[in-house]
Amino acid sequence: MAVEFILIPGRTSRQGTSLNEGKYTATYQEEINTLRMNPDDMQQMQISAGDQVRMWNDFGEVTVPCISGKDELPQGLLFISYGDKSSQLMPGETHGTGMPDSKGLDVFVEKV
Amino acid sequence: MNGGVDLHREFQLRWFAGDAPTVYDLDTPYLESRLSHHIRHISHKNQPESSRIMSTVEAEPQTSTDLKIVEDATCTFCGCVCDDMVLTVEGNRITKAKNACILGKAWFFNHHIEDRPDATIEGQPASYEDAIERAAQILVNAQYPVTYGLSDTTSEAQRVAVAISDWIGGNVDTTTSVCHGPSGMAFQGVGEVTCTLGEIKNRADYLIFWGGNPAESHPRHFTKYSLMPKGEFVPNGRKDRTAVLIDVRRTKSAKAADIFLQIKPRSDFELAWALRGLAKGIDPDPSVEEKTGISVEQLKQVMDGMKAAKFGAILFGMGVTMTRGKHLNSEAVLALARDMNRHTRWVAKPMRGHGNVTGADNVVSWSTGYPFGVNLCRGYPRFNPGEFTTSDLLARKEADAALIIASDPMSNFSQPARDHLASINSVVLDPKLSDTAKVATVAFTTSTYGINTGGTVYRMDDVPIPLRPAFESPYRSDYEILKAILKRIREIQLQAGS
Ligand code: SF4
Repeated sequence: MAVEFILIPGRTSRQGTSLNEGKYTATYQEEINTLRMNPDDMQQMQISAGDQVRMWNDFGEVTVPCISGKDELPQGLLFISYGDKSSQLMPGETHGTGMPDSKGLDVFVEKV
Repeated sequence: MNGGVDLHREFQLRWFAGDAPTVYDLDTPYLESRLSHHIRHISHKNQPESSRIMSTVEAEPQTSTDLKIVEDATCTFCGCVCDDMVLTVEGNRITKAKNACILGKAWFFNHHIEDRPDATIEGQPASYEDAIERAAQILVNAQYPVTYGLSDTTSEAQRVAVAISDWIGGNVDTTTSVCHGPSGMAFQGVGEVTCTLGEIKNRADYLIFWGGNPAESHPRHFTKYSLMPKGEFVPNGRKDRTAVLIDVRRTKSAKAADIFLQIKPRSDFELAWALRGLAKGIDPDPSVEEKTGISVEQLKQVMDGMKAAKFGAILFGMGVTMTRGKHLNSEAVLALARDMNRHTRWVAKPMRGHGNVTGADNVVSWSTGYPFGVNLCRGYPRFNPGEFTTSDLLARKEADAALIIASDPMSNFSQPARDHLASINSVVLDPKLSDTAKVATVAFTTSTYGINTGGTVYRMDDVPIPLRPAFESPYRSDYEILKAILKRIREIQLQAGS
């Protein structure tokens, strides 16, 4: 069953270090393609670490592995490193600012 | 240049391109002599093996026998642009980077000479001459070209990029538009009570980090500029400072803070206005707790601390600017700092990400009068975020060619914008292969600023900092390539009588 979340794309230091090694290294790709979720939400949705989840909104859809965000994330909030996957869920509209809504995106998630 | 050239335009070109007599050129002996006393050459044999090999990727054996130490080098990975690096350079590899943080080390150790062609045209290796010719033809023949990126290159290159945009009557925009562009708009609305990082280091006894995670994005900000250092009026360093973190996530930065306000997503605006009310002695409605997750009591406690401070600083990140509300969020935070000056000294500064994104704002501002999203089609600058910003121009399928410098919009723009960028002619300059370089009509491999290329960058507090390169690259710099493209564009235009 699909559950509604708020997605926060952001930067991590692992992304920063692996970026310098190259955007096509396994570490960088793993970092930008992994979703983090609150452990209680994972339990309620019966998601184990590494399970694939489908995440979508009005603008796009991605399938990514999900791991625990530990105590960093409260329930209802998701985190993913900026990159191709997060950009697919961003709107083209910028509401007259030049900046698309890039954090705080409404998304639905279900286990694949 | 022939006699038909408009003298004013010619001067403008020379000024933008760095040829004005008051501005030093990168090739001058003057700059070299300024840099040379920071470099020491040492015999390699005297160095212990353990001190020579350090890399986040496997280091290749070196054949060079010379060891070079570059002192006071500048790290350009993030907006802190720390200029106290001591680099150990062996041949064309940096093997030690004293004072660098984990990100800085990754930056220095992984920028070595890549095995890529100087340039490609439609994916095929090409000479510089052919690539420059094709790039100039694309840009000069476009109806609505857009120049974008610029946050990871020198200010000398940035000014040439502005000149190109001006001569081709295009649009110039930087990564600021998808970073702190909303703060740029807010500055125009309410102003910015500002200061340098040196003042924060020496004076700030109350710090609010809002919507940012410096522990991961600017690792030395805490230790070099804001939280930890001992300063003239905060002689005990960390003990003399109170730190508040406001964020939706309990990030690694939370451990460093005395007070952590974990707010609900998309409530920065309400929180800032509740604090503005308290700054003026007006209690917020208790419903603020339902909206923000923070009680009126907690807010009052923070406000009491803010009023009691001698010098307070709000350092805000993209949690503020990228969330719904955007420039209105930034405006509320900036206005809060302004309001606090009725009680004591307060400032608010955006935390800038890329190494020279602040330089991009400065150069575009002093060249055109506006910081980003500037249209030069009519021969004079017009500023309108949402209309002349690159994400919009691409998503609306308006731009028909792009010049992208040191940026990778193909991996971080919205899908409609990426789809359009992949469908038009583009000229891309980047030291490394990127998704944007892959779809480029003409792609140049460039040397890396700060590591191979000298010049100037601006720290996040608008302080210009010189670069001290570590070793030479066989690739040309952004500055050299852009100047060559500009020269060719002018030749084509002059031949056509324009
Ligand atoms: S804080 Fe930023 S500029 Fe300073 S060393 Fe680290 S990455 Fe480089």
